Amino acid sequence: MKGRIWVALVLALVLVVSACSSDDSDDTTTTAAGDTETTASDTETTAGGDSQVSQTGFDFDLIFHDKDASGTFWGVMKNGFDAACDAWGASCNMIGDPDITKQAALVDTSIANAVDGIVLTLPNADALRDSIQRAADAGIPVVTINSGSDVFATTAAIGHAGQDEFIAGQGAGARLAAEGATNILCPIHEANNAALQARCAGVEAGATGATVNQVQIDVANLDAAFETIKTEVSDESVDAVITLNPDVSIRARDAIAEAGSSAMLATFDLGEEVLNSIEAGTILFAVDQQQYLQGNLPVAMLALNIQSGLVVGGGLAVLTGPGFVDASNVAQVKDGVAAGTR
Amino acid sequence: MTVDAPAATDDRLVQAGLAKKVLTRPEFGSIIGAVAVFIFFSLATENFFSVDAMSAVLNPASTLGIMSVAVALLMIGGEFDLSSGALIGGLGMTMALLTANAGLPVWLAMILSLALAVGVGMFNGFMVIKTKLPSFIVTLGTFFIVQGAGLGFARLISGQTTIYLSDEFANVDFAKWLFASTPFAGIRIPVYFWIAITALATYLLLRTRYGNWIFSVGGNAESARAVGVPVNRVKIALFVNVSVSAWLVAMFNTFRFESAQIGTGVGSEFEFIIAAVIGGCLLTGGYGSAIGASIGALIFEMVRQGLAFARWEADWFKLFLGVMLLLAALLNAWVRSRAQRAMS
Repeated sequence: MKGRIWVALVLALVLVVSACSSDDSDDTTTTAAGDTETTASDTETTAGGDSQVSQTGFDFDLIFHDKDASGTFWGVMKNGFDAACDAWGASCNMIGDPDITKQAALVDTSIANAVDGIVLTLPNADALRDSIQRAADAGIPVVTINSGSDVFATTAAIGHAGQDEFIAGQGAGARLAAEGATNILCPIHEANNAALQARCAGVEAGATGATVNQVQIDVANLDAAFETIKTEVSDESVDAVITLNPDVSIRARDAIAEAGSSAMLATFDLGEEVLNSIEAGTILFAVDQQQYLQGNLPVAMLALNIQSGLVVGGGLAVLTGPGFVDASNVAQVKDGVAAGTR
Repeated sequence: MTVDAPAATDDRLVQAGLAKKVLTRPEFGSIIGAVAVFIFFSLATENFFSVDAMSAVLNPASTLGIMSVAVALLMIGGEFDLSSGALIGGLGMTMALLTANAGLPVWLAMILSLALAVGVGMFNGFMVIKTKLPSFIVTLGTFFIVQGAGLGFARLISGQTTIYLSDEFANVDFAKWLFASTPFAGIRIPVYFWIAITALATYLLLRTRYGNWIFSVGGNAESARAVGVPVNRVKIALFVNVSVSAWLVAMFNTFRFESAQIGTGVGSEFEFIIAAVIGGCLLTGGYGSAIGASIGALIFEMVRQGLAFARWEADWFKLFLGVMLLLAALLNAWVRSRAQRAMS
């Protein structure tokens, strides 16, 4: 009797797996132009196989440095990536791991899987340089995105789409100083991300006459982040907070309100709630790096490079930001956020 | 695990047949699981069955496996170590600070960071033994201490959270050769360490007095002590073994990636435990196998990279990972219970 339950459980799980995988294998077979069918669920792939028009049939992997695309930021990047892949008729997969050793392992897997191109965030160029070189040696072009606009040229990547974090920080710092900020709190939400350090350093350089204090929080534990920020802004001398992530900015907004602080708040990157707060006046402005472009542009950069050997950027990063969103343009940007493009 | 029951003497002296010996080993189910996972991805994906894919799986599996073997020995000895993952990042950061920032020669930095690893392992062991607190809590404390100290010192000394090693420190011939070379077919050197360590640990567990001690302290520490097993010494040694393994993995990372980054390894501690359990270790101690832990690591990495090979919609990645791991564990448990019933 007990044995039967085991068998039933195993069978049920097998069914779940095969059911989930069957629609996706449709995709793979239709878009892998010219390839004979090799996937496990061959028998199921014929139905609906002709409904999709494939153009390039390229396989592109986007490998980023977070656990999944569940956050506001990565979700929008994924929308951009998927939209571009649809437009080019490419088959795309966005996968990530915050641990640099595991991100490198995923790159090696993409190379072994003989994809046509790789899009890669670059939180640590030294750690990924070897893998990028191996991709290049295998004839797979790599476009780096997001972090690393200052160092991508030292790798074998063909181009980069991102925001120069220091320059963006400088712009934000100058704006805060112009609003009268003298003591700015800059909470860092990922300890291992050098780009966040660069943003805070940029804020410090741009905010003439103000001091900038960093505090360590964890984006994976926003409740604790809320408490930390609340404690910090209870000190009345803190008159400005600049967060580096939209989800953190909402907690900072609530923490400032609950602590009874009058500190002004600005943030990097957008989200629906960030824009509502800009409209309501609780967030002064947001620095927009337009991550939709970081997911979207590399697909064209890779496809054009494969088809015609074209290179975008001339060895320099393609800058996707900074743009500023404040009360003057928030209404227009809101439409984009609702559509998942901002 | 009965160590001291005289009544059992007769049973223990009975020679078991070869089939029974194989089928009732803790790792037998995991071997079946590994074969099943391998066949599944070989059929489900285009490129999984290839030499390139083998290195793409074995390379990350090696560091996971090295840690899982050490964690399995500790679990057989009846304890947990939640600080093992964070320690990998912490020791890498120590290496970077000692070389890139303090300017020490690489060999000296290696010795000092190894000493730190031994220290952390001894701290864990002594705390568990002296306080009698569960190792789950003690090493959770160490986990936070290591993480916090790593970040604090890194920011204090270098102002950075990622430290890049210049060629002077990263391209030291002996270290590069020992920790970051790729001798054959894209298979990196940690894979060879992994195989050697697994063989060594298996020999230790099954063929030496020390191995019997490990099983007995995890099975019943009081009875073990009563028959003269140095329980405290064994447990401390097992904790130190985990920390030293973390040091070894930190060396692989440091010289391969030529940098150290805060946060490396954090969260992996559960992967080590999962791999050990898939490989037949019991959470309660006293039972398990080193080779099983290695196979558990192989299963885990085959699933993780295999799903990347399959390129199914990544939003479902964690779901697939969970289902596949459950399936492997179920198959393992089912095979083991059938084998034991059939043989008894």
